[in-house]
Amino acid sequence: MSEAPLQAQPAAHKSESRLVRFALIGLAFSFLALFLFLPLAAVFHEAFRRGLDVYLAGLTEPDALSAIRLTLLVAAIAVPVNVVVGIAAAWAIARYQFFGRNVLVSLVDLPFSVSPVIAGLVYVLMFGAQGYFGPWLRANDIEIMFALPGIVLATLFVTFPFVARELIPHMEAIGSMDEEAALTLGASPWRMFWTISLPNVKWSLLYGVLLCNARAMGEFGAVAVVSGRIRGLTATMPLHIEILYNEYNGAAAFAVASLLAGLALVTLAAKTFLEWRYADSIAASRHS
Amino acid sequence: MTQPVRLLSWSRLIDLAAFVAAMAFILFATLGAHAQQTLLNVSYDPTRELYRDINSAFAAHWKLKSGQSVTIRQSHGGSGAQARAVIDGISADVVTLALAGDIDAIAQRTPLLPKDWQARLPNNSAPYTSTIVFLVRKGNPKGVKDWGDLVKPGLAIITPNPKTSGGARWNYLAAWAWAKRAYGDESKVRAYIAGVLANVPVLDTGARGATTTFAQRGLGDVFLSWENEAFLALEEFGADKFEIVVPSLSILAEPPVAIIDGNVDKKGTRAVAQAYLEFLYTPAAQKIIAKRHYRPRFPQHADQADIALLPKLDLVTIDGEFGGWEKAQKEHFAEGGTFDQLYKPAR
Repeated sequence: MSEAPLQAQPAAHKSESRLVRFALIGLAFSFLALFLFLPLAAVFHEAFRRGLDVYLAGLTEPDALSAIRLTLLVAAIAVPVNVVVGIAAAWAIARYQFFGRNVLVSLVDLPFSVSPVIAGLVYVLMFGAQGYFGPWLRANDIEIMFALPGIVLATLFVTFPFVARELIPHMEAIGSMDEEAALTLGASPWRMFWTISLPNVKWSLLYGVLLCNARAMGEFGAVAVVSGRIRGLTATMPLHIEILYNEYNGAAAFAVASLLAGLALVTLAAKTFLEWRYADSIAASRHS
Repeated sequence: MTQPVRLLSWSRLIDLAAFVAAMAFILFATLGAHAQQTLLNVSYDPTRELYRDINSAFAAHWKLKSGQSVTIRQSHGGSGAQARAVIDGISADVVTLALAGDIDAIAQRTPLLPKDWQARLPNNSAPYTSTIVFLVRKGNPKGVKDWGDLVKPGLAIITPNPKTSGGARWNYLAAWAWAKRAYGDESKVRAYIAGVLANVPVLDTGARGATTTFAQRGLGDVFLSWENEAFLALEEFGADKFEIVVPSLSILAEPPVAIIDGNVDKKGTRAVAQAYLEFLYTPAAQKIIAKRHYRPRFPQHADQADIALLPKLDLVTIDGEFGGWEKAQKEHFAEGGTFDQLYKPAR
C-alpha cells in the first residue's frame, strides 16, 4: 500500500525481479484462495444448495434457535468478563514490577498452550459429580457441569489471553508519561484511567475484544467436554453443527455453519471498517 | 468538571455493559428454571432417529394420559462416553445405552441406581435387540462373505473404538464368538482377532462417527455395523451404493434402558420417566422400533414388512458365550484386556 511512491521510480536494482515478486504474490493468493476462500465458499454453497426454504428451516428450528441463543449468551458473558480481567492483568503486568510478574505473564499465555480438551477436563475434575466440589455442588443444587456455568467457564478459560495479550505490548510501548502528567495535574486515579489510560489503548482493546468474541462463539473442544451435548439445552452452535452433520442433516448443518461463519465475517468486516475509518487515530495512538 | 464531548462516552458504555449483563442474567435465570416436565435421555450413538420418533409418540401419549406436556431432551454419543458423562454428573433421567456393561459401570461407581437395575424391567430391561452385520460397497468388490474374510491382507475394516463405543464391543465379541467356533484353540482365536484389528486403519469414538467415515468419507471396504445403522446407511445414501452382508453367525445385542433413581428423585420426574421406559414395550413403540430396523421384542405389533427385512441368522448371547458383561468387560476391554494386548495401531 505504501509502496506506491516507490514504484514510480525505476526500482529494478533495489528489489527482487518482477518475476519473483509476481510469483510470491501469486503463491500467497492462490494459497489463500485454495485453503481459506474455497472451503468458506463451499460452506455457503452447501448451505443454500437445497434452496432458501431449507436454509431458513434449518436456522429457525427450535434446537437451532436454542443453540444460537446459547452461543450469543456465552459470548455475552465471557467477553465482558475477559475485558475486565484482561485489562486488570495487562495493567498489572505493564505498569508494575512485582514478585511473580513473570509467572503472571506465563499464566496469561497458558490457555494458548494447553489443549482445549484439557481445559474442559480440568473443570470435570473440579466440578463433575466425582470431582473435588461435585458432592457439595449436588447437595446444594448448583449445576455447573453439563449446564450453562460450565460452558461459560470453559469458554472463559480458552478466550482469556486475547484481551490481555493485545493490551500488554501496547501499554508497555506507550509508557506511563501521560498518566503521570494527569496525576500531577490533579486528576483522580479513577479519572486518569477513564480519560487517559483506556482511550490510549482503545484500539488494541477493540482488537482483543473482537478476537475474544470470535473464539468464544467458535470454541468446540473445551465446550464439547463440559456440555454433555444435550440438544436444545447445552449444545452451542459448533456442537449443534456436529450433531446435525452426524444425523445426515447436511443442509441444516451447513445452514448453521454458514451463520457461524457469517458472524466471524461480520467481526472481520467490523475490524477492517474501523481500521479504515480511524486509520489516522490508530496511527497516532501506535506512535505516541 | 465537564467531560470532553465524545461520540461514545465511557459512562454510556458502562450503562450499555450493565444492560447487557442484566439481559444475560434474565436469560440465564429463565434457562435455569424448568417449570414444565422435562426428561433427559442420555443415549448411545445410532438411536438419534429412533428416539426422535419415540419421543414425539410418547409426548402425545403422556398428554392424553396425564394432561401434562413433557419435553424429552436427547444427548447422543459413544455408549461408554455417555456412561462416563452420567458418572460425571449429567442429570440424565433415563439412560438408553448400547450394552448392560455401561449401565453397570454407572451403578458401580455412583449410588445413582441399584446394582440389580437390569431386573426392574422385562426382557433384561432391553425393549428391543439388534445384531452386528457387515456393510460393504455395492457389488461387494472385496468378496467379504463372513468373519473369516476380515483377515484378508489389504482389506480395510471400519469399526469404532471398543473403549468408548458399545457397538464396537458387540463387533469385537461377535468376531471372537465366530473364531471360537471356527478355530477352537484360544491362541488361534487371538491370532485371528489381531489380524482383524491389523486391518482397521482408524477407530472412531462412536458408531455414528464410524458410519460417517465409511459412508460419507468413503474410507474402508467393510464396515462392522449395528444392523439398524446399516439399514439407515442404505436409506440415507441409496441402496445403489452399499449392500448388507449377513455373516454366518453374530451376537444378540441387548441395548438396555434404566431409570437413574438418584436424578429422578431429585428432580421429581420419577413417574414420567418410569412411564417413558414402560412406553417402549407398548405396541406403538414396538412398531416404531421395527420401522427403524431394530428387532422388537414383540414382533407381532410391528409392520410385517419391517420384520421381513431383518435376516434370520444364528445369534450367540453375551451370557451364554462370555458369562455376562461384567466378565466380558474385565477380560476383553478393561485396561490390559485382550483388546489392549491385540490392538497395535497400524500407522
